[in-house]
Amino acid sequence: MANALKSPGWAYRGGVLARAVAAIGGGYGVAALWAAAIATWLPAVKVEAALTGTMIAFVVYPCAVMWCFAARSAARAWVGLALVALPAGAALALHASMNGGVA
Amino acid sequence: MKDGFRQSMAWLHTWSGLLVGWLLFLVFSAGTAAYFRDEITLWMKPELHQAAHTPVPQAVALGHAQALLARRAPTAQRWFVTMPSEREPAVRASWVPAKPEAKDGAAKDAKPKGRRRFESAELDPATGEELNKPRATRGGDFFYRLHFDLHYMSPIWARWMVGVAAMCMLVAILSGIVTHKRIFKDFFTFRPAKGQRSWLDAHNVTAVLALPYHLMITFTGLVTLMFLYMPWGVQALYPSQDRFFTDLNNALPADARPAKQAVPLAPLAPMLAQASAAWDGAPAGRVTVNFPGDANATVLISRQSGRTIGYDQPDMLFDGTSGRMLSSTRHTGAATTTRSVLYGLHIARFSNPLLRGLFFLSGLAGCAMVATGLLLWAVKERQKHAKRLAHGGRHIGLRLVDGLNLAAIAGLPVAMACYFWANRLLPAAMAQRPEAEIRWFFIAWGVTALVALARPTRRMWQAMLAAGGVLFALLPVLNGATGGAHLVTSIAHGLWPVAGFDLVTLALGGALLLAAWHLQKPAVLKKPSHKPLAAEAA
Repeated sequence: MANALKSPGWAYRGGVLARAVAAIGGGYGVAALWAAAIATWLPAVKVEAALTGTMIAFVVYPCAVMWCFAARSAARAWVGLALVALPAGAALALHASMNGGVA
Repeated sequence: MKDGFRQSMAWLHTWSGLLVGWLLFLVFSAGTAAYFRDEITLWMKPELHQAAHTPVPQAVALGHAQALLARRAPTAQRWFVTMPSEREPAVRASWVPAKPEAKDGAAKDAKPKGRRRFESAELDPATGEELNKPRATRGGDFFYRLHFDLHYMSPIWARWMVGVAAMCMLVAILSGIVTHKRIFKDFFTFRPAKGQRSWLDAHNVTAVLALPYHLMITFTGLVTLMFLYMPWGVQALYPSQDRFFTDLNNALPADARPAKQAVPLAPLAPMLAQASAAWDGAPAGRVTVNFPGDANATVLISRQSGRTIGYDQPDMLFDGTSGRMLSSTRHTGAATTTRSVLYGLHIARFSNPLLRGLFFLSGLAGCAMVATGLLLWAVKERQKHAKRLAHGGRHIGLRLVDGLNLAAIAGLPVAMACYFWANRLLPAAMAQRPEAEIRWFFIAWGVTALVALARPTRRMWQAMLAAGGVLFALLPVLNGATGGAHLVTSIAHGLWPVAGFDLVTLALGGALLLAAWHLQKPAVLKKPSHKPLAAEAA
């Protein structure tokens, strides 16, 4: 904020842009991965599993957005997103390899 | 943005709120109106105001509807009967006309892209007489559609835009909560006539008082369209979304076909009685007959909504020739029920008039929250650049925000009121009447927006609020003068949907006029400013 009050420099603007991309695009990606991972791995009827994954994704997304702007730097924001995406991505990949196809 | 968690969240709150604020204001306003879409539609069809409203047994109403359908649409593919309720006194019979015979390939091409054409008639449930064909209007459905499909554009694009705005809103709410140190104290804090402080207090009061509502309505709004925004969970398990929806809705499989063998339809009354008995006497809401008069006919009866919070209503499927029950409602799992409840919470059809009134008030609080947030940004920004602005400096962003604020907050009520005026002043038999009414909504809004962007001054705020106020406050008079049931009759006859509309528009008009009058008082500001909108802060 202090930075914002002075005429914001390009470094600051670039940081905001990097965070915004992380939040909007990266956050959506993380949410989508979790939606698919939960849907495939939840031991429930298909409709139920798909619904559960989709609804949880809408909690993941805003939290990811907030994280991206709360992190100390844009780089940290991206690293955090990657860490959260990892288990979901791994679960999906595992499922795909077990079923011998793209999930 | 680097000075700690709370500051960065305050930054996020400001920007995620500001960038989509005007669209959110539209969504909130139209959505709030949509709580009373049935009442609005009834008001906009004054021909129906006189329909006597005496409760009749459901079997009688259904019998009348069936007689009409058998007469008017014996070859229809499907019949729908919407049973009368407190909100919609008439029984509505609609049907999908039979498809013209076609070869398989041609049939595929001929498949209509939009919604299937329905035809329908409204009957007096007691006598079965067809009610005067009311004027054509979209009624309250216009606001309902407007709040997520917008208008004059592809609905899918509109839904994405509204979805982005809703997600920004969700982020703004969550970060707003985090920003808030003294959420409880703010319940009791209002410092009027203190410029920026007052706007902040007003923003806090409207946001915090109805906070659970704001959070709920935003999240559930996203849930209603979640399969569009986030298809990946479904896609991971289903080859196509259609398959998923068949599963979800327990719908008749898409390949159901008529047998092309005429068999008379079994009497509907016993089916109605059996279904109602299974629901502890709750009335039916809708009766669907698939392939009436065919050997493959089926009858689906679903319960009247408004009994439970959840959106999905239990239903019962009958064989249309023998009258035997084929299946009764689905077992529902936890996730299906959760979604049904979230969906139901959003559209609030479950609520009695009082509760729906509270939803409406919360919706208005949401409009006020968005509006005060937008104004607060302008006030703060003006203060930040006070020196530069005082010396004739320009601030294009601020100027734009001022104009958009005026166009949205004061212009939208004018547009809504004009929609209602057009409903009564356009000739009743005019061709393409519904579109013409809607056009007046956008003409009025376009004019106010142009004026607002050209001259966002305090005077203009006053003039526009006053115009909206007068237009709204006179709606009850217009209603009485153009064939509707005026307040004295509607109250005397207990026609509450119509009376309620008139009373609410009267109150809204009064509130807008009060706001206009309030702007006339001299602004109380620490530093007097020449710039018009700073005075807004009073």
